[in-house]
Amino acid sequence: MASEEEKKAVFDAESAKEVVKELRASFAAGKTKSYEWRSTQLNAMLKMMEENEPQIIAALRDDLSKPELESSIYEIAMVKSSCTVALKKMKHWMMPEKAKTSLITFPSSAEIVSEPLGVVLVISAWNYPFLLSLDPVIGAIAAGNAVVLKPSEIAPATSSLLARLAADYLDRSCIKVVEGAVPETSALLEQKWDKILYTGNGRIARIVMAAAAKHLTPVVLELGGKCPVIVDSDINLQVATRRIIAGKWGCNNGQACVSPDYIITTKNYAQKLVDSFKCELERFYGKNPLESKDLSRIVNSNHFARLSKLLDEDKVSSKIVHGGERDEANLRIAPTILLDVPQDSLIMTEEIFGPLLPIILVHKVEDSLDVINSSGTKPLAAYLFTNNKKLKEKFVATVSAGGLVVNDTTVHLAEHTLPFGGVGDSGMGAYHGKFSFDTFSHKKAVLYRGFAGDAFVRYPPYSRGKLRLLQALFNGSFLGIIRALLGWSKS
Amino acid sequence: MEETIAELRETFRSGTTKSVSWRKKQLKALLDLVNENEDSIFNALDQDLGKSRVESYRDEVGVVKKSATYSLSCLDKWVAPKKGEVPLLFFPAKAEVMPEPLGVVLIFSSWNFPISLALDPLIGAISAGNTVLIKPSELAPACLSFLVQTIPQYLDNKAIKVIGGGADVGERLLELKWDKIFFTGSPRVGRLVMTAAAKHLTPVTLELGGKCPAIVDNTLSNPSKAKVTAKRIVGGKWGPCTGQACIAIDYVLVEEKLASTLIDILKKYIKRFYGDNLKELKSISRIVNKNQFQRLVNLLKDPHVASSVVYGGSVDEEKLVIEPTILLDPPLDSEIMNEEIFGPLLPIITLKNIEESIEFINSKPKPLVIYAFTEDKAFKKRILSETSSGSVTFNDSMVQFLCDSLPFGGVGQSGFGRYHGKYSFDTFSHEKAVLHRAFYPELEPRYPPWTNFKLMFIKLAYGFNYFGLMLLMLGFKKS
Repeated sequence: MASEEEKKAVFDAESAKEVVKELRASFAAGKTKSYEWRSTQLNAMLKMMEENEPQIIAALRDDLSKPELESSIYEIAMVKSSCTVALKKMKHWMMPEKAKTSLITFPSSAEIVSEPLGVVLVISAWNYPFLLSLDPVIGAIAAGNAVVLKPSEIAPATSSLLARLAADYLDRSCIKVVEGAVPETSALLEQKWDKILYTGNGRIARIVMAAAAKHLTPVVLELGGKCPVIVDSDINLQVATRRIIAGKWGCNNGQACVSPDYIITTKNYAQKLVDSFKCELERFYGKNPLESKDLSRIVNSNHFARLSKLLDEDKVSSKIVHGGERDEANLRIAPTILLDVPQDSLIMTEEIFGPLLPIILVHKVEDSLDVINSSGTKPLAAYLFTNNKKLKEKFVATVSAGGLVVNDTTVHLAEHTLPFGGVGDSGMGAYHGKFSFDTFSHKKAVLYRGFAGDAFVRYPPYSRGKLRLLQALFNGSFLGIIRALLGWSKS
Repeated sequence: MEETIAELRETFRSGTTKSVSWRKKQLKALLDLVNENEDSIFNALDQDLGKSRVESYRDEVGVVKKSATYSLSCLDKWVAPKKGEVPLLFFPAKAEVMPEPLGVVLIFSSWNFPISLALDPLIGAISAGNTVLIKPSELAPACLSFLVQTIPQYLDNKAIKVIGGGADVGERLLELKWDKIFFTGSPRVGRLVMTAAAKHLTPVTLELGGKCPAIVDNTLSNPSKAKVTAKRIVGGKWGPCTGQACIAIDYVLVEEKLASTLIDILKKYIKRFYGDNLKELKSISRIVNKNQFQRLVNLLKDPHVASSVVYGGSVDEEKLVIEPTILLDPPLDSEIMNEEIFGPLLPIITLKNIEESIEFINSKPKPLVIYAFTEDKAFKKRILSETSSGSVTFNDSMVQFLCDSLPFGGVGQSGFGRYHGKYSFDTFSHEKAVLHRAFYPELEPRYPPWTNFKLMFIKLAYGFNYFGLMLLMLGFKKS
């Protein structure tokens, strides 16, 4: 017991340095480069998920009261699927990509070779603690790197479970889990990494990027934002409502970076929408949602207080049209809908990350695009429910966000052929599927030349003739080249 | 300055730069700019760096023209959304990745290729539909002034601007919020740029440098190949801006027994290309300014370094010229072997066995390029898999820069991000994921209240186990 506490107390800059040193040695020894090593690790991870499902579900219940189905699907199944995709496609991803060459370098051949960056750091978040830890690690392993994973301390049960499982199943000399909070994270950030992937909020992201800047370390920042949902009138209201509910309260009770944050709909349609929500919410969660086993709780009292503050603001508390019930002792807040909140309220200024859903009203649905575009920040995702083709086109063309979904919410995450990442304040870089492999790789350009075909025109002494020939070469025009050559031989 | 960026933001918001025809118009105008002002460009480059016309065309004017022409011909293809495959589970659905401009971007360019390092990234930024502010280096003042005067004459003023000034201007620009910063320069300033960008979560591309080695093996024993190798090394070291290039050969690695062969043949071509001595130097640029000149001269001050000079070494402080200089085995702990040289001094390091070059290179930070003159397949493989660099070029120097289909960028200390060709377009774009779904069919098991059936259903769905799903729905699987 005592030594465990000792271990925990002493992770400082020295310890961080030791960890990096060990991983660098492993990487330099070439351990992580082989296809065999990568596939062994990914297979081990699959086994790890399969053999520990009940423990993982229990840890998630401890940390977040996450419903079993959500844990099973969004944390376990998605990680397994990610491993499977990587295992299936890795050989192909690892192959060099041929590149075209032009007349200027003739004769030559070229290719782009993927190589691991080296030793990378993954810092994950508390809301999907398994998925957001392991999904990036899968990419790092597939690309042949050594990895340190720093899970979030706000989900302590999953953090310690991850540490234990990783040590048991994965190659400890190349993949490590470092637990801890601010001091440990700071110690890690002082070290030189070859890449850092951070999932979390903008404030910490700035600290991560500034620390990375000291070592010229490239970063991927997966942040959040206020993901808007535009609801048009001429739609299948029941389906749309259900999909919004699934993406909002069905995803960790709104505590997800891609959860619908707020809704924009027309004044005329608002009541119908609210009624539909009331009906479907009751169908899903019963009359006493505070007691529903199918909703996660609020992660901790800090966030509970934060969300309460959003609800208690004067100009907002009167706008609650559904829900609003709270149970502080059990950290539960019922699905809450607010109608027509002022745009300058707190709830409309910061990312909600909870079970509160404000509805903003506009005159005509096209105005909602202006509302989103004038907010000054680009969200991680934006959603639109409509059957109007023109509106769809305008939405896709003018709304800038990490990703867009028309007529659904959040499902684009499951599509591994789509890059998952933000833009502007919602982040930089992307991952999932091959994008994970690419993000943890360096794409090295390789040009093969032979000794034949040496263009004398490259070398001094320079002359007008050489200049003309160069110009023709650059233009790629055969006629120009011939003319220049003739001219050259003339002069 | 705040006004400048506000205007650029306003222009971007108005949607002007999003139109493909606007972008093409700007690229064509840029081509006109270069075509109609070739002489002024040559003059400016001669003034700032003593570059000859051929060098200026090859490394600056030609590069810009080629890049703009290539982008014009590919633009329609690049802006088109890329279709993604959608699994049956989501049917009917459409998935695509749509490139869109990032917004208002800032480009810092350096002094050694003052025209191409400003305009080539500009071509990428325009192609991707952004508004741009370029801050060229004040250390190449004639070129800076050329850009400041000519760009407004040809390009859309409201969307593309150039700003002059020194480090203080750069610092103030870094305090503002940009949607992307593209920086070419030294690692030291690269850190400052990234730190400033972190405050606004601005993504950056850093094109830095490093000590680019050239490995030469026993192809030197073959006289005709030795000639070509020597020409390419000489042309690749002193050709571009007299070694003041991020991709210039910094030092050479060769086996002891071949060192004198190499040095002799290098001397021969140096004389042929550039003249026999300092007084008769031609077809070569000069050092950019007194600071850089002094820095290079200081590298030779160390007596152990000075005594390793086997060719050249003479300098002309007034004209800021240093003749092509070769050193043989300067001490490995000397500054010249630890700092990026960025000048006309070429150390040759001898090894007992050429395979040791891999370990040697790995003991230093990752460079922008590794050059290797060899025909040994196994050695090539080893170099590729056991070293890391921005790129690798076999049996030549510099030319990889001209390949539009190869990404140009560094790794580790040599930078991150890349450009050239489509990579320029991508580096200034956001790739937006778009998924279109339909209202039908509806999958009931998506919604609570949760049951074991729904759990089983979704598990099978995630595994794309359609057969299993069918069994489940027909009641043949237990839930």
